[in-house]
Amino acid sequence: MHRLDVADPGGGAPDPHDQDPHDQHPHHHLPPRPGRALRVGIGGPVGCGKTALVAALCRALGHELSLAVVTNDIYTTEDADFLRRQAVLADERIVAVRTGCCPHTAIRDDITANLDAVEDLVERHDPELVLVESGGDNLTATFSYGLVDRQIFVLDTAGGDDVPRKGGPGVAGADLLVVNKTDLAPLVGADVDQMAADAARVREGRPTILTSVRTAPAVTGIAGWVRDEVARHALVGRRA
Amino acid sequence: MVAPQLWLLADSRLPTGGHAHSAGLEAAATRGLVRTPEDVAGFLAARVPTAGLLTAAASAAACALGDRPAHAPVGWDPWDAAVSARTPVAALREVSRAQGRALLRTARAAWPSLGYDALGRRPHQALALGVVVAAAGGTPHDAAALAVHHLAGQVVSAAVRLLGMDPLALSAVHARALADGAATVAEAAAAGSAAAGAHDPALLPAASTPLPEVLAVLHARGDGALFAS
Repeated sequence: MHRLDVADPGGGAPDPHDQDPHDQHPHHHLPPRPGRALRVGIGGPVGCGKTALVAALCRALGHELSLAVVTNDIYTTEDADFLRRQAVLADERIVAVRTGCCPHTAIRDDITANLDAVEDLVERHDPELVLVESGGDNLTATFSYGLVDRQIFVLDTAGGDDVPRKGGPGVAGADLLVVNKTDLAPLVGADVDQMAADAARVREGRPTILTSVRTAPAVTGIAGWVRDEVARHALVGRRA
Repeated sequence: MVAPQLWLLADSRLPTGGHAHSAGLEAAATRGLVRTPEDVAGFLAARVPTAGLLTAAASAAACALGDRPAHAPVGWDPWDAAVSARTPVAALREVSRAQGRALLRTARAAWPSLGYDALGRRPHQALALGVVVAAAGGTPHDAAALAVHHLAGQVVSAAVRLLGMDPLALSAVHARALADGAATVAEAAAAGSAAAGAHDPALLPAASTPLPEVLAVLHARGDGALFAS
């Protein structure tokens, strides 16, 4: 994460955004307070529509929830820039993390850069929801629950209707599976009903939503799931 | 030989954020300055005795200082300033602090110590490494060796991922760089220990290779970078 436009404050200096006038001991904030935010990871293969889903969720929920977003695009800040251009969220609520050619590492094996980004957002804005968008990766790339509280795995209908049947950690284990771009099914010969049945079989009761974010940009079902999880999180708190 | 309890600190699988840094390799590679394993060897031969010497010496000093009782915390500000002064590029100071913060986060879980708080929230990576090595039971020489190991590891790993170089050929480069780096480690351990003994951060060595530092600024500002540094 780069913040090159600010002066070097020195290692002992509190982050200027963090200053609390009532706090005489800023160093005693280590590690940072967890905040109230529900952290939701959004992962899935390249081109499945993760960024479009993030933008749609920001539009659907932005007026009722305090939101922030961390992007992990493999190519620099492209996803963050897309979100800024879409003006779905104030600039300072979107942070891009560089992942050194290894998007799955940054969300699973070494989550430190993403944790730093999330905690900076939590401390500055105290959001109710932080969306962490993974860089596009493969079917085995899932989020560590050290980084997120829930995860959504997104598939592209045109990426092959046998993908749900194959399962894998993302398809089988994600808290919500989204099969996106169902409008393309007739064009690519994909059997959406079979995808739904296969997903139900490998997911052992966890929910699946079939949709097209492009043709149904209100993302009503997904936004409803996120809204419910935020409410549940507010009652129950973070997973152990 | 580094003590067994420190091997985890030498393991790139320890989650400390290092995987997203190329230690300047990407900035050089995207400009065509590094194309072959021999170029990587040359890059390391330039960086280890300069930037590597500084971070290794600062790590050694911090290790010597960090092993202090909690009731007599180290005053890190002059050491922080000394590392900043020897890291003339703001982009690399930021990179150093981001990695120091990440390392401390993991160290709090792996090797709990009261000594971390005095470092502040975003210490330079070299200082954090030294204190963590002290907490894990290592010596200033261990800290210097780990600093050089991390530098070489980031460069080589990035060369594999970015340029598609033969990882076996790079293993040879890596091994040679670490063997050649032993002299830097010894020099850094001595200089860092002396600086810590005298409580004088001005005694830390200062060495630099200007081109990679300038490229680090362009890298941080430019678009299209895969690595954070």
